[in-house]
Amino acid sequence: MGKFKVVHYINQFFAGIGGEEKADHRPEVREEVLGPGLALKAGFKDEAEIVATIICGDSYFGENIEEAKKEVLEMVKKYNPDLFIAGPAFNAGRYGVACGTIADAVQNELGIPSLTAMYEENPGADMFKKSVYIVSTKDSAAGMRDAVKKIVPLALKLVKGEEIGSPDEEGYLSRGIRKNFFTDKRGSERAVDMLIKKLKGEEFETEFPMPDFDRVPPNPAVKDITKATIAIVTSGGAVPKGNPDHIESSSAQKYGKYDIEGINDLTPENGETAHGGYDPVYANEDLDRVIPVDVLRDLEREGKIGKLHRYYYSTVGNGTAVANAKKFGEAIGKDLKEAGVDAVILTST
Amino acid sequence: MVKEIERAGIPVVHMCTVVPISLTVGANRIVPTIAIPHPLGNPSLDPKEEKALRRKLVERALEALQTEVEGQTVFEMK
Repeated sequence: MGKFKVVHYINQFFAGIGGEEKADHRPEVREEVLGPGLALKAGFKDEAEIVATIICGDSYFGENIEEAKKEVLEMVKKYNPDLFIAGPAFNAGRYGVACGTIADAVQNELGIPSLTAMYEENPGADMFKKSVYIVSTKDSAAGMRDAVKKIVPLALKLVKGEEIGSPDEEGYLSRGIRKNFFTDKRGSERAVDMLIKKLKGEEFETEFPMPDFDRVPPNPAVKDITKATIAIVTSGGAVPKGNPDHIESSSAQKYGKYDIEGINDLTPENGETAHGGYDPVYANEDLDRVIPVDVLRDLEREGKIGKLHRYYYSTVGNGTAVANAKKFGEAIGKDLKEAGVDAVILTST
Repeated sequence: MVKEIERAGIPVVHMCTVVPISLTVGANRIVPTIAIPHPLGNPSLDPKEEKALRRKLVERALEALQTEVEGQTVFEMK
């Protein structure tokens, strides 16, 4: 039997084309093995072969999801592979969303077995873990070797149509699928065992984890916007020139609170971005492109809004841990509430 | 962050380019924007046009804040 044919999807960074300044790179296909594909190739040995690598810039994909998906699907179709692999994306948000979107489309629209790999907090994981196999990786490319070790056996099982074991056994993110099987102990016995462990304070594993539905219902609308105080919050890394609090360009550990009293327009002299996850040229030229201070000042002067809150709050949403973002959000929300702010405009890049 | 601010009891509108991410993080009022590195601007326009575009987006966000919603709602530009 011949080797299984694999098409591999990666971003502009892993293809060696460039960083953020090249993130608008349009989809292209190369009949060669690139970047992480080399490690996959080594792992597959003689069983499978990467026949083509599709490369697409993360911003291009994120800004044109439908078009990019269509273009990439056409490219995949041309090779009619036995298997499609996207990533691994680790904790790169746009890349993870792209990998999930395209793996899901290849599997469900073309009927070709697909998988991807990323860190569990990548937004692409929550979006697609139910529809495609997502191998769980570390949060940075330092976890490449470990990722490949899990991707290769799972990919081969998928393409051969072999039975896939549980998420723990195979190293993928739980898809929320329940499987019936026979055990040697009946339910009542297992329940009592679990209870005893719990009473003793020992570790036990539930057989039915509760899904984590953390949704916050919307607050009522603002009644009279012409009297409302509106605050700006951003994850786009907007900071006063010089980044006085040294907010980290990725994996931010803090947020900043900045006074904009008397500022009617943001300029290269008074503002910049600290964000390391997108091309900063446009934000550094005119930070109003990230936080619309100029327009809100105009609206304030014209009486269309009550007031622009004296401070804006900012952090860098680039590989930032969900737990940190939650902590920042709680602190900012409390502060804004105490200051009597009526509504928030939150911008993200 | 958007969810925690909403939880604090303040209505919040999320202005962002990658709407699926906003839906995943649980924003309730969402206004899609222009591009990842310049959500509220477009450097290829002249400065006056660009500011007019930004104003339209912000006005849409203010409309969203004044609209009662039941669940997650995307306010496309009209």
